[in-house]
Amino acid sequence: MSTNDPDHGGDGVALQEGDLPARFENPGIPEHQHRMADTDPKAAKRAERQVAFLFVLSMVGTLVMIVGYFAVKMDHDLGFIDYLNRLELSNKLLGIGMAISLLGIGVGAVHWAKTLMPDEERIDYRHLQRGSDEVRAEAVDMLATGVEESGFARRPLIRNTLIGAMALFPLPGLILFRDTGPLPGKYLATTFWKAGDRLMLDPEGGPIKASDMVLGSVAHVLPEGIEEAEHPLNEKAKAAVLLIRLEEDLLAPESLPGAHGGIVAYSKICTHMGCPVALYEQRTHHLLCPCHQSTFDLTQNCKVIFGPAKRALPQLAITVDDEGYLVAAAPFSEPTGPSYWERS
Amino acid sequence: MSALAARRRHPLATALIVLLGLLVTGVGYAAVMPSTADASTSTASADDIEQGKKLFLANCSTCHGIDAEGRNQAPSLIGVGAASVDFQVGTGRMPLAMSGPQAQEAPVRLSDEQTAQLSAYVASLGAGPSIPSQDVLDPEAGDASKGAMIFRTNCAMCHNAAGAGGALTRGKFAPNLDDVSYKHIYEAMVTGPQSMPVFPDTTITPDEKTDVIAYLATIRETPNPGGMALGKLGPVSEGLVAWIVGLTLLIGFAVWLGAKSS
Amino acid sequence: MSDSAINKVGATTGNWLDERLGASGVVKGFSRKVFPDHWSFMLGEIALYSFVILLLSGTFLTFFFVPSAAEVVYDGPYTTLAGQHVSEAFDSTMHLSFEVRGGLLMRQIHHWAALIFVVSMIVHMFRIFFTGAFRKPREINWVIGMILAILAVVEGFLGYSLPDDLLSGNGLRIAQGIVLGIPVVGSYVSFFLFGGGFPGEAFIPRFYTLHVLLIPAIMLALITFHLILVVVHKHTQYPGPGKTNSNVVGFPLFPIYTAKAGGFFFIVFGVTALMGALFTINGIWVYGPYDPSPIGAGAQPDFYMGFLDGAVRIMPGFVEFTVWGHTVSPNIFLPTLVLPGLMVTPALLYPWIEAWVTGDKREHHLLDRPRNQPTRTGLGVMAITLYTLLWISGGNDIVATHLHLSINDITHVLRVIVFVFPPLAYLITKRICLGLQRKDREKVLHGRETGRVFRTEEGEVFELHAPLSANDRWLLVGFDSPEPAQALPATDSSGVRRPGGALEKVRQKISKFYFEDRVAPVTPAELAEAHHHGDHEEISASGGGDEKHAISSGH
Repeated sequence: MSTNDPDHGGDGVALQEGDLPARFENPGIPEHQHRMADTDPKAAKRAERQVAFLFVLSMVGTLVMIVGYFAVKMDHDLGFIDYLNRLELSNKLLGIGMAISLLGIGVGAVHWAKTLMPDEERIDYRHLQRGSDEVRAEAVDMLATGVEESGFARRPLIRNTLIGAMALFPLPGLILFRDTGPLPGKYLATTFWKAGDRLMLDPEGGPIKASDMVLGSVAHVLPEGIEEAEHPLNEKAKAAVLLIRLEEDLLAPESLPGAHGGIVAYSKICTHMGCPVALYEQRTHHLLCPCHQSTFDLTQNCKVIFGPAKRALPQLAITVDDEGYLVAAAPFSEPTGPSYWERS
Repeated sequence: MSALAARRRHPLATALIVLLGLLVTGVGYAAVMPSTADASTSTASADDIEQGKKLFLANCSTCHGIDAEGRNQAPSLIGVGAASVDFQVGTGRMPLAMSGPQAQEAPVRLSDEQTAQLSAYVASLGAGPSIPSQDVLDPEAGDASKGAMIFRTNCAMCHNAAGAGGALTRGKFAPNLDDVSYKHIYEAMVTGPQSMPVFPDTTITPDEKTDVIAYLATIRETPNPGGMALGKLGPVSEGLVAWIVGLTLLIGFAVWLGAKSS
Repeated sequence: MSDSAINKVGATTGNWLDERLGASGVVKGFSRKVFPDHWSFMLGEIALYSFVILLLSGTFLTFFFVPSAAEVVYDGPYTTLAGQHVSEAFDSTMHLSFEVRGGLLMRQIHHWAALIFVVSMIVHMFRIFFTGAFRKPREINWVIGMILAILAVVEGFLGYSLPDDLLSGNGLRIAQGIVLGIPVVGSYVSFFLFGGGFPGEAFIPRFYTLHVLLIPAIMLALITFHLILVVVHKHTQYPGPGKTNSNVVGFPLFPIYTAKAGGFFFIVFGVTALMGALFTINGIWVYGPYDPSPIGAGAQPDFYMGFLDGAVRIMPGFVEFTVWGHTVSPNIFLPTLVLPGLMVTPALLYPWIEAWVTGDKREHHLLDRPRNQPTRTGLGVMAITLYTLLWISGGNDIVATHLHLSINDITHVLRVIVFVFPPLAYLITKRICLGLQRKDREKVLHGRETGRVFRTEEGEVFELHAPLSANDRWLLVGFDSPEPAQALPATDSSGVRRPGGALEKVRQKISKFYFEDRVAPVTPAELAEAHHHGDHEEISASGGGDEKHAISSGH
């Protein structure tokens, strides 16, 4: 079998076998096949009734929806479970009623078009998108006249100053966006933590004693007073910390100065994109970020051992205050959270 | 800036704080450490403990050691408490059926009585969390909204906001909580089985644990007002439904619309 | 109403409109415009109607939604949130879902319609691609469609962020991480976008304005232009008997397509309503309000962002580095900014790339059967494979828990197969296309298999092959099969070096890549040869004479 017949293609005349053309020719539109409804009045009547039935069904759907709206009341006196059951019923009645109402019309209209409206193919003819040569010539003429009349080509002073003005005028539009926010400054490099801040349980509040942390336990903590900050959520987004107690001898030497016994505190904000790295596996001592699976090894000072993050989670040095509560020994020594350009 | 804050910046202040911290830590430890030990309330009879020891030698000692001191992969069971045994054995995770990334829930192989005896024996080895009493397990006694907040911060990252479970590293996973009994949920919180960390009563109080149970009870009973919950897995299952159900239905209608009527 | 009464009212109204709008000209010009029938031509309509549904349901939602980050205490009927501090945005979304009758339905319809909108756009785009409907004169419409798809994704993400729930909040946090990762200007862009630190209070009202006003307005304008161009170009059609490059065979706009397309709007709306009634979507009451500290397992974006999230997940982190006191994070901007650029740009330019390779300057209104363009089809399947693998990467945690696999293993495997599978998919698809084309040739040359077996007197057994009718055959032979560009001499006839010689060489190389193993359609001569041949070797009982007759009638 020839797969690359050089004689094929093109619209040229046949090159072989005398009178055979090079290509097959389009046989033209096949003869129209009549539908049942075109030839059989009974079938047509049946189709008519089907369409009408679908339209009636739509009316029923609309009624279901209206009745559902008024009959199912969302009464606040209901108990929680009953209230939600009622809501589910309301949602189903309204939604299914609406669906029947819409599908009845839609399916009915399409069925009508398919079975009862004429289905003989019609032909439209296409024309090239481009204008005819005369029209094109005229258009070019008109444009040339316009350019000539405006003097755009003849008066370069006007032309060039206009180009300059047009190039400059969007600038104020850009500048207007300057006040959409303050400049970052040192914001990203600092957190709410100060030396001496107690570690407060999130979300319950309340300080933690070192003795409260049993081996293998985890507590999610925030700096004392963060709820009174001007923007508590913004501060939390940088200051959330995970407090973990493990066997002290498992800790890397670099972690020890900031640790208290076997208790260590690390930023919970992923150094990749800022999700809370809150999944602690107490047997493997791995911390996992649920967003992109960056994995940090607590026994290696929270170094990244898997996933798209690069930097270790920053450690918050902790100690205890004179009442025995865990406090920050110092603020974070490096920015918490995702990487950014100015971060060294 | 307050005077205190100004003085805090003094170089000696840091040294002082560190010194103070060390002192307090030492004293704090000495004062408080023993208090966690009386968590176990031993009500079991000596006979139970004796029976439990037999069960232990028959079922557990191969991995955990004759004296439950732990070996290689299997941790020491001294001081894990009755709650830990009740959870591990009561959910069929132990005795371990086959090795894998983690012990999974399985058919329970010891009877309730045997589990109680085994628990009593392990509790006798060293103080640890005891099996919770009925009153802390009553969802009616908890505040579901408070429980929701605690669950969201402490549990949802592994178990999903709706308790549907989620992936951990290297084939491990946090299980779905839908069918776990309240007692086992409570025990898991106090003992931290396998990958799960411990949430001691000192950081999440028994009342707060009851709140968490109240929350889980509520979402279990809660009907899904919007219709089928799609496994409560969020956007992935929603996306699949949009492709599979939505697109299939619509293409089905389109094929019918484009087909010639007979 | 009787017929005459309808006519009378119609005449009066028609006259009124015509005298003011010149409506008769419009009716004359458009009402009998012909549209071809095919299910795949409805995919774009699904997208269009979803957009209308989004406008309708979205408007309803704006009556209740409060775009504010101000803190309030939730005191509605959903008791597990009672007393919690939430934003007004979250509170009002809860209110409209739980206390406004039909509010939950409208919210679910809105979200399902958004997903179906993007789904149908993607499928519509691939229909256009595989059938070659992007070719001249429709290149501009291809680009408009592409821009619409990108805007839809952005619009969807903004909408997903508005309820300020825990899931979307963490999604937004990731978006902010991406912005921060832009070299040099990242932290500034983030501060201007969020009005300061993340999350701040500014993003909800800002995103709201973008979501309900700016982006829908741009999309509406583009959709209008998209549709005007469809009318101007007249719809493409699939090849078949009687269908040529200079006609369009189908049914008139009025009444057939008014009923069909109009009815289809109701069908799309109905299906969306059904999904809103039966399937929960984005149950924010389960997630709770956003707070930067907690997170739920299975943190995922909506599916259309899934491929980007997947790319981020499988990107190794070691590529981040610091230089001269600055942190450069290719682990962030490669998968989130560079990769989408690399995926979208070739797609956007594809109409021009293919036209350049084929050197084809003609208008094309007849669609290709995908098998007749094996290389293009292969490239399309390659793109789909890449997209799907990235989407799977975005759900690697769900895959891990449901198939009991290690998430680390899945990620390692995906890191490799995103590079291996797409080219493989290209090769396999191309082979399949070529195989199908050969089968088509076989069918034309030797007829279709009848399943009836014929035994010759000598005991040889043949399956009877029935000749194809001229109409059936036309579908298999009526296509163009471009040949690889022939190398031109480096100098023209007068010995002057041809300009652009190097570029021309590249073009020849790509052309060869596209067309070197092409399968050409059967020519009448080949068919005659096959019959001639068959008379000797095979049976003639099926009537070679008939076939000859069929050929001559094809003239």
